[in-house]
Formats: sequence, C-alpha cells, structure tokens
Amino acid sequence: MSENNNGRYGIYGGQYIPETLMNEVINLEKQYEFYKNDPEFNQELEDLLKNYAGRPSLLYYAEKMTKDLGGAKIYLKREDLNHTGSHKINNVLGQVLMAKKMGKTRVIAETGAGQHGVACATAAALLGLECEVFMGKEDTDRQALNVYRMELLGAKVHAVTSGTQTLKDAVNEAMREWTNRVSDTHYVLGSVMGPHPFPMIVRDFQSVISKEAREQILEKEGKLPAVVMACVGGGSNAMGMFYNFIGDKEVRLIGCEAAGLGVETDKNAATIANGSHGIFHGMKSYFCQDKYGQIAPVYSISAGLDYPGIGPEHAYLSDTGRARYVPVTDEEAVEAFEYLARTEGIICAIESAHAVAHAKKIAPGMSPDESIIICLSGRGDKDVAAIARYRGVKVYE
Amino acid sequence: MNRIAKAFDHGKAFIPFLTAGDPNLDKTEEYIMELVKAGADLIEIGIPFSDPIAEGIVIQEADIRALAAGTTTDKIFHMVESIRTQTDIPLIFMTYVNPVFHYGYDRFFAKCRKVGIDGIIIPDVPFEEKGEVVEVAKEYDVTVISMIAPTSEARIQKIASEAEGFLYVVSSMGVTGVRNEIKTDLPSIMAAIRKATDLPAAIGFGISTPEQAAAMAEISDGAIVGSAIVRMIEKYGKHAGPHIYTYVRMMKEAVSRVK
Repeated sequence: MSENNNGRYGIYGGQYIPETLMNEVINLEKQYEFYKNDPEFNQELEDLLKNYAGRPSLLYYAEKMTKDLGGAKIYLKREDLNHTGSHKINNVLGQVLMAKKMGKTRVIAETGAGQHGVACATAAALLGLECEVFMGKEDTDRQALNVYRMELLGAKVHAVTSGTQTLKDAVNEAMREWTNRVSDTHYVLGSVMGPHPFPMIVRDFQSVISKEAREQILEKEGKLPAVVMACVGGGSNAMGMFYNFIGDKEVRLIGCEAAGLGVETDKNAATIANGSHGIFHGMKSYFCQDKYGQIAPVYSISAGLDYPGIGPEHAYLSDTGRARYVPVTDEEAVEAFEYLARTEGIICAIESAHAVAHAKKIAPGMSPDESIIICLSGRGDKDVAAIARYRGVKVYE
Repeated sequence: MNRIAKAFDHGKAFIPFLTAGDPNLDKTEEYIMELVKAGADLIEIGIPFSDPIAEGIVIQEADIRALAAGTTTDKIFHMVESIRTQTDIPLIFMTYVNPVFHYGYDRFFAKCRKVGIDGIIIPDVPFEEKGEVVEVAKEYDVTVISMIAPTSEARIQKIASEAEGFLYVVSSMGVTGVRNEIKTDLPSIMAAIRKATDLPAAIGFGISTPEQAAAMAEISDGAIVGSAIVRMIEKYGKHAGPHIYTYVRMMKEAVSRVK
C-alpha cells in the first residue's frame, strides 16, 4: 500500500477542501475503517456484487484479436458485462451501502459520460436512498439517453451550466451541494480522486477487478500477464485493474489517457503528458492548467475521460515509474472501437477503446508466450450515436 | 502593530470583498479606493479562479468576467502596488490554493510582501493542510487567515488556538451568497472561539443588509460582505463606484453603532 496515514501517495493526495466538510471526511474515514473490517458489511457487499452486479466478471480470451495482431495473447476483463454496464457499479455498491449504514438518507454524485450517475441512481433505487446527480450541460446533451435512464431510476439530474459544462464542473457543483447539506447526505465520488479518503475508498472497492483478474489469468495461463492496461480519466478502472498487480514487478502497468485531437493541440485531456503539479478538487496531483494555475478547459470525444486531473495514486505511480501513461487520440480510439466490434463482436465504451487502441500498437511487438489484460471498463451502447456522428453517419433514434 | 490588527482596534469592523479584475483592474483600483473612503476597515481582494468551489453563483460569475477580461495574478500584484501608494488600509487576498501553489509559494508570498499585502484567505486549505502554506507565508510576514464553519464543533479549539490575524467565521452551510436568514447558532460558536483565543473574529457568508451586519457585529468583532457588493458591480459595471460608496458607508454605520 503506497499511501501513508494522511492520505498521501508520495507528495500527492491530501485533503484540500473547505472547513465545512472537514469533520465529514474525517468521520467518513473512521466509518470506512470500521466497515472495511466488518464481516456483516463485507458479506452484504459480496452478496450484492455477486447476485446483483453479476461478479465475478469474465476474463475473456480475445482469440481473433490475438491472431489478427500476431503477438501477445489478448485478454479482456469484461467490466462491461456488469449490471449497469460498467465498472462504476463496484464502487457505487460499496459506497451507497456504507452511506446507508452510516444513517445517510440521500446520496449525490457527479457524472461525466453518465455511467457513474446511472450506477449511483441504480444503487440508490435498490437500497432506498434519495439520489441527485450533477452532470455538465454539454454531457447531458451528448449523453441524453443516460439522463433519462437516471430519471427512470428515480434520480434527479442537475444539468450544470457553469464553467466548461463538463465533468470538472459537475464535480464543482456536487462539492458545493455537499457543503450545503452534509448531515444527511453522502457524496459518492466516482473516481480515485478528491480529498482523502475518497481515492483510497474508491480504489479499494475497484480493486476487485484485479483481484479477480489475477486469479483468472493464473488459472488460464499459469503465469502473470506481461502487461495490464486500462483507460485513465480520473483513473478508477485503471486503479482497480492495477492494484493487485502493483507488487508483481514483472507486470507492466499502462494507463491510456485521452489525447483528443492530439497532445500537441489544445484539444486534449492528457493530464500526465501535458499537466503539471497542482492542487484542485481536494487533492494534490497533476492537472492541465495555465501558468497562473487556472484549470484548463480539456477535450476528449469520451465524456468519461474529459477531466483535467488524475487521481493522486496514479500521479505517484507515474513519478515512481511503476506505471506508464500513454496518450491515445480520438481517432485511434474510434478505430479501436470499430475494430473490437468487428473482430470480437464486442461494442465497448469509447473510454475503454482508448486502452484497446494502445494494445493494438504494442501487442504485435510482443511474444505469443506473453499476455496482455485490457480492462474493458464499460459497454458502448451509450456511444453509438456519438461514433456515428464522428463518422458523419446520420442515425435517426 | 501589523495592519490586520489595526482593522479591529477602533470598534466593530466592516470588511468588504470584491473580485479583482471585475469589470477590469483599473475599475477594481477605483472601487477599492471607494471602499476606503466609505470607511471599510480591511479589504478582501479576490484573485479570480476558474473553479471556485466555495463560491455561489454571484462570485463565480465575477471570476469568469475577471478572467475573460485578461486578469492575471501578476497584473493584480501590479494593481495592489499602486493602491499601496494611496492607502495604508489592511489588504488581504482571498483565493484558492491552486493559483498560489502553482505560482510557487515562495514567489507568491515574496510578491505579497513587496506590494503590501497583509494576509490571505484560502478556503480550500483547512487546518490539516495549512502547514505548507503558513511556513512560507510567515517568512514574508503574510498572515494566513483561518476559517471556522458551522460544522467545525470540536475543531474550533485547535483552529482558533493556532490562528493568526483574525478568524473568519462562516455563518452558514453552503457557498457564498446573499441569504434572507442566517440560522446557525453563531453565539455558541463565538463562545467557543472566545474560550480558545483573544484574536478578533468576523462573520461572513450571506450578509447583505445593515440589519444583518449589525446583528453579526453584535455577537462578533465584525461583518464580512462579498456577494452583495459583487452584485452591484455586476449590475452597474464600470459605473458602480457611487453605488458601492453609498452601500458600504451605510453598512459601516450599521456596524459602528454596535458597541
């Protein structure tokens, strides 16, 4: 474990939030330390993950893709097959169950693509809590179906019109709402970001991905994979995918950032490639910003990766060289999205397609004795209309 | 005596806030001098930030206007330098940690001292994280102001005992902005503060009327008003000077009547 007692990962992390929230996050850490060792909580969570979310998720051998690329064996960790269609449910079930046990009656959440918002609305419906989701206005437009989905699940969706009207602004607004009403409300942060203890809690709940994947690959291959990779926005599926492999020094960890129109342009969200040290959204980490520390507007075709920062543990893994972060453009991601659909019959999320794209680049250069695990963080139904638009195809919904 | 202490040495203090660069820095300089003339005891100058998570819509929009007008930290330092040739009033910055951290703590606070800034309020640096800021600010005689919130409870003792300058007491839950009613039990918060420190404490968030300001001055050492002034600048733009003067004069009189 790389964090110390103050929620630091090297110099990164911390609790840079208004005083109004401090007692709440301190209490949250205490409650979490209790529940994570509470057999009853763990049993309930395990039951939900198995019988409601459909875990364990498959580790699928992508044989056609492997043959086509002619190098390392490709495995897909199928988080897209979870209930609600992405890895987000892993964290949400943990946090909402904990919120309920803490006596909270209401949860709030930010969402980018809508996957976290949908997962949160789902868990709130199941466990009987009120749910309000903050989503950038631009994202409510490009992911309109997910807005309606959340409303069907009984959640209230707020379209955030401040700033760039995307994920970062949704986080701003959720934090503002939390300071407004904290006593009955838990903020279900959706990624390994924000003030301590969120990066730790979200990572722990997501680490089920690599716990399963490690056992599954050992069973199938009899040895560890050469590479484990995932897309990175805030970084929750990547942290979950990396976590149980961090100690396996021979396993290379690769995070794929959204390079939008290219890292050399001003239209990207590649935080490790282009960002610098900053303190924002409760944490010290890397951020895309100008020379005066104003947070930069970022861009990606993928609403889920369209975030100007990255979780503090990723910043630490990058600095120490344990994980490597590579940029992947919109065009590469869209090509990979189409490639996986045609080759394996799997329509993955455009976020996950960033990881698929990088696997396509490196697999041919690797040996057939080696394997790569790609975290397929979500399914792509939500992206079909946007991909059609990108390709100039008119789709009438 | 440092300038901040002087703000509280002649009765209850009135502390106005405005966002630097809204509508432009020349106007900010002019408006700050109106605040001085109207009797302000200490002035909070907001350095605009792209993502001000502790602000309500009024100050959020002021930050957007200021940044769109090309306001930068360096230009604000320049403006303060010019103001310092005209007045000795205590001046403090209010901003978020990233503009300060990214500028470089050392470079930032050295500039503060050079231009005559006396203190800074950073709402996203709580007690637990203040060390890295305070140790540098101290070297340059810049006071880091601590905040107390309605939820602080047992934290009041440790925050107040390490505080310097004055304490900024947040009147209400939520973000900055005008409120019709302040419901927090402020007298008991003030009692806890008085037990822990002799420093003055001023109340901010949600105050806009002379009655509210007087009521806050009754139980504390002063009233802080931001959104009500920023709203005036939003409404009158480059012609807000006389409106600001009249308003602040009325507010200062309201708190001055409280003994």
